[in-house]
Amino acid sequence: MASLKELKNRIKSVKSTQKITKAKQMVAAAKLRRAQAAAEAARPYSQRLAKVMGSLAGKVAGDSAPLLLRGTGKDERHLLVVVNTDKGLCGGLNANIVKAAKVKARELIAAGRQVDFYLVGRKGRAPIKRDYARQVKQEYDTSAVRQLGFTEAEAIAGELVAMFAAGKFDIAHLVYPVFKSALAQDPTVVQLLPVPARQVAADAVPASDAVVEYEPDEETILGELLPRYVRTRLFTALLEREASEQGASMTAMDNATRNAGDLINKLTIQYNRSRQAAITTELIEIIAGAEAL
Amino acid sequence: MSLHFELVTPEKLVRSDEVYMVVVPGSEGEEGVLEGHAPYMTTMKDGMLKVYKTEGAQPEEIAVRGGFAEVAPGGLTVLAEHVDS
Repeated sequence: MASLKELKNRIKSVKSTQKITKAKQMVAAAKLRRAQAAAEAARPYSQRLAKVMGSLAGKVAGDSAPLLLRGTGKDERHLLVVVNTDKGLCGGLNANIVKAAKVKARELIAAGRQVDFYLVGRKGRAPIKRDYARQVKQEYDTSAVRQLGFTEAEAIAGELVAMFAAGKFDIAHLVYPVFKSALAQDPTVVQLLPVPARQVAADAVPASDAVVEYEPDEETILGELLPRYVRTRLFTALLEREASEQGASMTAMDNATRNAGDLINKLTIQYNRSRQAAITTELIEIIAGAEAL
Repeated sequence: MSLHFELVTPEKLVRSDEVYMVVVPGSEGEEGVLEGHAPYMTTMKDGMLKVYKTEGAQPEEIAVRGGFAEVAPGGLTVLAEHVDS
């Protein structure tokens, strides 16, 4: 049985932990609101771009299509772009993302493909390097940036497109969490490069049938829009990651606060019991002493 | 008799307005868009977007980079990666 002093210290330490988790929970709640607003605000752009892309991609096909749409024509080397968070304290979020990435990697390797990794965010680094140390080709560190913006998405997309143009990989997949609610963030795997035009077209709202005049021609416009689409895709992934991180963090910290509360209650009961036991023993001693006289 | 004009960046919807005319710095030349313009798409040079609130008014200038303009029956939409105002 722990002594009274030990129990007291234990309660004190759990209480201060609870204070920390509670503060983190409140911070995450505030940040979540901001992240959600940012994700919301980004929607019009990506929707419109997808719509334009969809209607253009249907018109330009075959060999004349730009490289980003056509692809290298091979299916050998795959690149997994894994978007993780930079900070922990967000429950199983990063573990789930890494798990999804590894499942995809195993699947591709089993099919005889070569798999490389491109990591965004710090928390995916260690667990992925544990299994695929040599396949981690490049990383992009976002930990120094406080407010993720379009600039980061541009930088990442620029690197990816350059690698693609240099023939470093044939197909790129993007692994990132999709924010459903504060309780659920689903890790998702989508094809990033070459741009899956048919799917973009299918997702987009069908454009009106009016004859549209293009200036310059469709192919040039498409050639310019494709990198832009990749950038927007990454930007969306970063925003989703931000919202997911805060949502997961809020839930995890809420749980932690509640657990700490339970633990404090249990310890307090134990403390009171031992205190009473000590008093009882003391009383018995006094009474026994008085009776002996 | 007004043109619905929207300026969108990846971060947010910057403007959504009824205006008289917008001069777009298209990659093949500047071009004024009025209400009832035929459906049209163009890439844009980095430059000034001139927004005329009413006929003959002083234009409001917005610097855009990495832009793309689309005229649909619903109005003019400018997608720009960067807007400096």
